[in-house]
Amino acid sequence: MMSLKKVEPAGTVARLQPAQPLIEFRDVAKHFLVDGELRPAVEDVNLGVRQGELVTLVGPSGCGKSTLLNMAAGMFGPTRGKVLYRSAEVTGFNHSVGYMTQQDHLLPWRSVRDNIALPLELRREPADRRMARTEELVRLVGLEGFERHFPSQLSGGMKKRCGLARLLAYDPETLLMDEPFGALDAQLRLGLQMELLRIVRRLGKTVLFVTHDLDEAIALADRCIVFGGRPGRITQAIDVGLPPERDLLTLRFDESYVRLTQRLWELMAPEMARAGEGAGR
Amino acid sequence: MSSESRFILLLRLAFVAVVLTVWELASGRLVSPFFVSSPSDIAAKLWAMIASGRLVYHASYTAVHALAGFALGAAAGMVFGMMLGRWNRLAEVLDPFLMGFYSVPKIALAPLFILWFGVGTEMKVLFVAMIVFLLVFLNTYTGVRSVSREQITILKLMQATEAQIIAKVVLPSAVTWVFTGLRLSVPYALIGAIMGEMLASNRGLGYVLAESTAQFDTGGAFAGLIAIIAMAMILNAAVRVAERKAMPWKQAETERELSF
Repeated sequence: MMSLKKVEPAGTVARLQPAQPLIEFRDVAKHFLVDGELRPAVEDVNLGVRQGELVTLVGPSGCGKSTLLNMAAGMFGPTRGKVLYRSAEVTGFNHSVGYMTQQDHLLPWRSVRDNIALPLELRREPADRRMARTEELVRLVGLEGFERHFPSQLSGGMKKRCGLARLLAYDPETLLMDEPFGALDAQLRLGLQMELLRIVRRLGKTVLFVTHDLDEAIALADRCIVFGGRPGRITQAIDVGLPPERDLLTLRFDESYVRLTQRLWELMAPEMARAGEGAGR
Repeated sequence: MSSESRFILLLRLAFVAVVLTVWELASGRLVSPFFVSSPSDIAAKLWAMIASGRLVYHASYTAVHALAGFALGAAAGMVFGMMLGRWNRLAEVLDPFLMGFYSVPKIALAPLFILWFGVGTEMKVLFVAMIVFLLVFLNTYTGVRSVSREQITILKLMQATEAQIIAKVVLPSAVTWVFTGLRLSVPYALIGAIMGEMLASNRGLGYVLAESTAQFDTGGAFAGLIAIIAMAMILNAAVRVAERKAMPWKQAETERELSF
C-alpha cells in the first residue's frame, strides 16, 4: 500500500474504512442486445479502486472498458454482479463522478469561461462565487487570455484543458476518463498528461482512466488493469509502484518504468496480433 | 472595401447596365412593349406609384401579412418543434401525419383558407403562418433531436434538471436550426402573402400585380415585382442580422483558421 493523499479532497465525506474501495466492481457482467441477440461486453470483473488511486484500464477495443466507466457513472446497471460506490450500490446517475471523453462536449455557443462556469450555474452558485472559481480554474489549466474565446477558436489541446477545467469545476471526487487525450499528437499529449497528474494529485482525486496507449497506461497509473478478449475480462493487474508524483519527461529513462512497459507490451502483443488478423467483428 | 470586392461590384453594375440597355433597345424594336414593357416605362410607373403613395400603401399591407404570419408561424413552429423533439412518443404518433401535411402543395389549401377565414387580413396572415410553421417546426424538431445523448448525459452527471437541460443545451443548440428554418421561410412568407393577395384582395403588392396584368399594364406589373424583390431582400437581411446577433460563435467559426 502506498499513501497517495497529500491533500484531503475538498468537502467532508463519509469516512471510508481504509480497506474499503471507493469504487468496487463485484462479479460484474454486462450484456447488450446486439441484432436481437444478447452479447456479453464484460464478464467476471472484480476490481476495487481505492480513494486517491489512479487506475488505468488497457485492452483491445471493444473489450468493455468504457462499459465499466458507464456503469460506475450509473448510466446503466450490470446484468450480473454489483457496482458499488462508497459501499452503496450505484443506481441512477452517480453525481460523485465527472466524465471526460475523447470528444470534448463543450457547448459551442459558450465562451471558455462560460463553459467552465456551466456546472456552477447548474448548481445555482451566486455569480461572484462563480466568477472567482472560474478564474481560478482558468489559471489552473493555463487558459489565461482565452476566457472569451469560443471552443471553435481553440486548438485541440486547449479544448481538452477547457474540458478538464469544466470537469473540475463541480469538484467530483472521482474522474472517469475515456481516452481523453486519444486524438492529440504525442507532444500535446505529454503536456496534458503532466498537467493531469499534477492537478489530480494536488486535489487528491480518484481516477479511472481508459486508454489504448500502453505507455500512458503505465506512466500515469498507480495500478494498471489489463483487459483481454471479447467479452472483456481482466487478465492482469500491474502494480506500478512508481511514486505518485513523477516527472513524465524523465520517466522513459526510469528502469522500472521501462521494465513495466515492456511487460505490458508482451502481455498485449498476442491480443494485438489477434486483433490484426480478425479485424472487424 | 478591398479592391477585389470593389471590382466585383463594378462588374455587377456593368451587368445591370448592359441588361437594361439591351432591354430598352429591344423593346419596341424586337419585342412588343406590350409583353416586356421597357426599363424607362417601368421606372416611370414605379416613380408614379411612389409619388402617389400607392407603393407604400400596398407594400405596407404585404409587409403586415408577411411579417405577422411569419411571427405567428415561427413562434408556433418553435414551440411545437421543441415539444415534439423532447417528447418521443408524441412525435412517433404524429410523424406520418406531419409528413403527409408537409407534402401537400400549400397553394392547394388557399381556397379552403378563404372559405374558413374570408378574404380579409386574417386569411393572409394565417395562410403565411401555416407555411412558415411547417418549415420552422421541422427544422426546430430536427435541431432538438440532434442534440447528442452524450452531451445530455454529461450534464445529467453534473446534476442538471430537465428544465436546465432544455434551457442550457437543447434551446441554444436548436437556435442554429431555427434560423435555418427562418431563412428558408422568408421567401415562402412572401409567396404566401402575395398569393393570398392575388387570389382575394384589393390591397397589397399581390393585388397590384394581379390588377396591373388584368389591365395589360406590363410596366405596372414589373414595378410591383421590383417592390416585392426589394421587400424580400430587406427581410433576408433582417434575418441575417438577427442570426449574427443571436449566434456570435458562428461568426467566430467563419473567421477562424481552417483546421482539418
